[in-house]
Order: sequence, then structure tokens, then C-alpha cells
Amino acid sequence: MLEIDNLHCKIDDKSILKGINLKIKKGEIHAIMGPNGSGKSTLANVISGHEDYQVTKGSIYFDDKEINDLSADERAHEGVFMSFQYPVEIPGVTVTNFIKTAINETRKSKGLDDMSSSEMLKKIREKANLLDMDSNFLSRSLNEGFSGGEKKRNEIFQMAMMEPKLAVLDETDSGLDIDALKIVANGVMKCSNDENAVLVITHYQRLLDYIVPDKVHVIMDGKVVKSGNKDLAKKIEVVGYDWLKKSK
Amino acid sequence: MSFQDKLLDSFIAFEQEIDLQSPIHVYRKNALKRFENKGFPTKKDEQWKYTSLKSIIQRDYNLSVNRNPNIELKDIKKYSINDIDSFKIVFVDGVFNPFLSNTTHDGMDICVLSAALSKSKYKKTISKYFNKIVPDDESLASLNTSYTQEGAYIYIPKSVLPEDPVQILHFSTGKNKPLWLQPRNIIIVEENARVEIIERHQSLKSHTGLTNSLTEIYAEKNSFIDYYKIQNDLESSNLIDNTFIDQKRDSNVRVHTFSFGGKLTRNNLNFYHKGENIQSTLKGLTILEGDQHVDHNTLVNHAQPNCESHQDYKGIFSERSVGVFNGKILVDQIAQKTNAFQQNNNILIDNKAKVNSKPQLEIFADDVKCSHGCTIGQLNKEALFYLKSRGIPEKEAIALLTYGFANNVLKSVNIPSLKKRINSLISKKLGVSLGFDL
Repeated sequence: MLEIDNLHCKIDDKSILKGINLKIKKGEIHAIMGPNGSGKSTLANVISGHEDYQVTKGSIYFDDKEINDLSADERAHEGVFMSFQYPVEIPGVTVTNFIKTAINETRKSKGLDDMSSSEMLKKIREKANLLDMDSNFLSRSLNEGFSGGEKKRNEIFQMAMMEPKLAVLDETDSGLDIDALKIVANGVMKCSNDENAVLVITHYQRLLDYIVPDKVHVIMDGKVVKSGNKDLAKKIEVVGYDWLKKSK
Repeated sequence: MSFQDKLLDSFIAFEQEIDLQSPIHVYRKNALKRFENKGFPTKKDEQWKYTSLKSIIQRDYNLSVNRNPNIELKDIKKYSINDIDSFKIVFVDGVFNPFLSNTTHDGMDICVLSAALSKSKYKKTISKYFNKIVPDDESLASLNTSYTQEGAYIYIPKSVLPEDPVQILHFSTGKNKPLWLQPRNIIIVEENARVEIIERHQSLKSHTGLTNSLTEIYAEKNSFIDYYKIQNDLESSNLIDNTFIDQKRDSNVRVHTFSFGGKLTRNNLNFYHKGENIQSTLKGLTILEGDQHVDHNTLVNHAQPNCESHQDYKGIFSERSVGVFNGKILVDQIAQKTNAFQQNNNILIDNKAKVNSKPQLEIFADDVKCSHGCTIGQLNKEALFYLKSRGIPEKEAIALLTYGFANNVLKSVNIPSLKKRINSLISKKLGVSLGFDL
């Protein structure tokens, strides 16, 4: 589903990714770990099409189609979703109006009519329920005054609504207490199936107890330095990254 | 003959129509003298640096009103809010229209100034309040005072809390020649009383008319006033709105100004504090396009200790439209522990749109909190990416963000049907269709 081939990218003339290779198949869950500043969030942003990041070499293929030149909204229409590490506050636009616009614009790109209000409402209620969100939360301005946990829950709610093929979760666990972490992880797992894929970016193993990865990759200095199964994440939790530096 | 001379000359004819024995007539005559001395403001006046009246006062206007405008409810219905009960004071070409209005004298007075001026039972109140808050050096205010004849008169007695809002609606039929209208509104809210008011000026045909309106508001001890101004007139109409607010201790007055239309609109909004523990709120939302021009000129005079004022003006300017914000906070030496806040945020959609934003803080007390901020810019790039990453194309994302920026002002609107109405005006202006609520 996602294939990243020798991806190099820079922001403001600073090279960040220096040859990333990654392949994620349908139905798989991958995790990316790595020390601060290694390029994890950059990778998430590049996959989503953030314009500040300039791809200097290499390609991103999604469903066998190169998406390097697609804008963020076009990638979303193809089925790419990113849960933001720091969701942006948008005063004056409610969660429901936002998600309604997102869904209908995506449908429009596929030549479909708007979703009916009753269907939309039903879906919103169902997904909000999945993430233990109350309806009063849905009529608030998007992310404005939300706690860290509410913001992340709202990201996964949007994911559940959008039903993407690929969900990139950028440090979705940061700022969550253990109860919220379980709810969020449980939401992700309920949406995960044989037809979609998840890429989890995290610092900590604890999220991976709930979203169990098929593969774990370690990024350091803009490159994948080690790949393995979920045991790799456990090892890192205990011994850190230093041993990987040495083996480099 | 210049229009200014015409205004001065026509006063003699005007005097034929009115009661010269009225105690307010001396105010009219003195005000005319002041206007004669000062004339119309020009760009040389500091407060008029960015707004010129020149092209407006070079025209000729009808001063005498059309006594029999042929107008029916269906012509004006869409300009008022009808899905709630409300009092209505409707003027057509400056003349009160009792058939379209819903006034009262039951426990309070929601009626017209001409009635209050002619009946003896109002004499005491009129002489206590009339023109008491209007400064002498404002020539447009003086001009309005000199031709005082008609407008809304609202008197809410002590501890009376009317459930329904009052709509003050000024219509201009635009038949024949363009009209010069000068409504004069007086609003008195006694101790522990409250009132909600919605004011609108609307032209029905696109003759280039001009309204020079003046509203005096007296908020007595512990009173509460919510005032909403809706300015969404035809693109040929001009409005000068002079509003003066006198606040006594513990009172709370909030004024929302929604400026979506008109050719030239000038809002002179002035608050004067006459006691402690006062709250004043000034909120504005301006959305313009074409060659429209809106100038918000505000003054909050903190003249007593322990008072608060909040100013929050937002503007969205497309095409060649121009916005001006000139906000003055004056804190007298005695006004310690003042908390004054001022914010003016603008978004320029097109290259040719323009905003002049000028905060003016004059602070003579040493223990106060005053802040001001002003931004003129484009939309937040990260927010734009966030929306795009959810499949919302750039154009729609910009519209949605702009809508959010504007819509945020509605938070403090307390009349749900008014909120809905303005929300739909905003959506229409910005080309987004939302209104999907749980």
C-alpha cells in the first residue's frame, strides 16, 4: 500500500531525511521509533504532503501510484490520514462542521454526492461513542481549549470518520494518561482491518502494548537503521538507542 | 450652494415644523451654531485621517421627508427578525410607521422621541437626559442635535426586565431624490433594569442616501444593556453612526457592530464611565468587498477606578475594500485598577484591500492593566495544512478558516435567532455552507 523509496527531504535547506526505505502492506501495522530529532515527525508530514518539506530525492508510492506531487488534500482523497502530534486550534468552526466538510469534500473528489445529514449524524454518533466522546464536545470549536487528551481523541475520531486506507499516527500517545491511551488505542484497533494499514510513530513502547505492530523500525539521523518485530520496541524501552549508534 | 450651506439655510424651514417652545430647542440652536463654526470634519482632523466625507457631502440630498411612503410589511419583513417576539420601532424615510411597529407604554416606554418631546409627562426625563452625554466638539453630533425631531425613545424603569428585545429599524425608500436622514435615539435604562436592542438602517432602493444617526444611551446603576448594530445596507448607502454611552456604577453595556454592507460606514462609539465596577464590551465584525469602506472609531473613557473594558474588532477585507480601526482608551488619573483590553485582527483576502489600524492609549493612572494588539495578515499556514490534510481543498479551506475567524465573534451574541441570522449572513458573504449542528 505504501512504499517509500530512498526518500530524501529538507526543510529550509536543512536535510532531515537521508534515504528512507519503507514498505507497508494492506492489513499491517508498523511502528517507527527513534530519538528526538531523528526525522520521525518529518516523515509523517512528508507522507501527508506538508508543503514546507521539500523532497529532494526518492519517491513515495501509494497504491502503486507516485504521490510526490499531490497536494495534502489530494493525498487525503487517495486515503492518507495523519493524526497530528499537535492538532491546530480552529476557533469558530465546530468539530461537526469540520468533519462534515472534510467528508463531503472527499466524496466530491470521487464524484459522489454529499452524505445525507441523517447518515452523517448517525456516523458521527457511532464514532464518537467508540471514542467515549460526548455530544457537547462535538459542538465545540475544533481543538479550541481542548485538553491534550481531548485533542488526540478528536484526531482518532476524525480518522474513524474518514476511514482512510493509511493512518499515520504521529505521537498520538504523547500527553495521554493511561485511561485515555487505552481508549485511543482501542479506537485505532477497532478501525484497523485487512484492507487498511497503520503507521504508528512513537517514543514509547507502552502504546505498542495496545496497538501491536507487525514491524518496528528505528530511524536515526534520517535513515532506517534497524527493523524488526515488536520485540525490538521492547528492547529499546530497556536499553535505549545507543547500541544502534555504535552498530551504525 | 454647498450642502453645508443648505443645511444651515434649511433650519428656518425646519423650525416651521417643530415646537419652538420645547425645552430642547435651545440645544438645537446652539448645536447648529457649533456646526456652522466647525463644519464637516476633513482628513486634517486626526480622527478622520483615513476616512473622507468629501465625495458624500458634495452631493445634494433631500432634507424634507416623504410623508406618505407607500410601504408594506412584505417590503421590509426580511430585514427584521420575526421568529421571536419583539418590540419594533419602524421608521420609513425618517417618519415613524405605527402600522409596521410594535411599541408599548405598559410598564416601560418603547416608543418614539417625537411623542416623548410633545407630552408633558416625559418633560422631566427629557430635560434630565437629552444631549447630556454628547460632546460639543463633534460637529456631526452637533448637526444631528440641531435637527433633532424623531427617533426611538426607550425608557426601562427601575428593576424592569423586558423579556423581548427591541428592534429599531430605519428604512429609506430611496424614491425620488437621495435622502439625508438624522434619526435621534435616546435609551434610558434605570437601576437594575435591562434591555436588548437590535438596530438596523436599510435602504430599499439604491439611491445614494446618507444617514447621520445619533444614539444616547444611559445605563444607570447595575443595569445591563446588549446593543446589536447590523450594518448590511445596499452598496450605495452611507451611514454615520454616533453612539454615546453613559455608564453608572456596576452597569454592564455591550455593543456588537456587524458591518457587512454599505458604501461608507463610520461608527463613532463612545463610552464614558461615571462610577466604579463598570463593564464595557465593544465587539465588531466587518466583512467587506468591492469598494466598501468601514471606519470604527472608538473611545472608552475610564474616569473611575475598578472598571473594565474589552474591545475586540475583527475584519475580513476582499477586493478593494478598506477598513479603519481607531481605538482610543483614555484612563484618567483617578481611574486606578482599570483593566482595559483592545484587540483588532484583520485578514486581507486580496492585494488591493487595505486596513488602517491605530490604537491610541492615553493613560494617566499608574496602577492599571491596559493591553492592545493588532494584526493584519493572512491565515495561519499550519491551520490551512491541517484542513487540507483532511481532504479539504485550499479554496474551501481558506473559506472555512475565514468563516471560523469571523464566526468566533458570535460567541457573545445572546439572542439565538439573531445569532443564527448573522451566522447565515457570514456564511453567505464568505461562500461556505455549514450550519450543521447537533
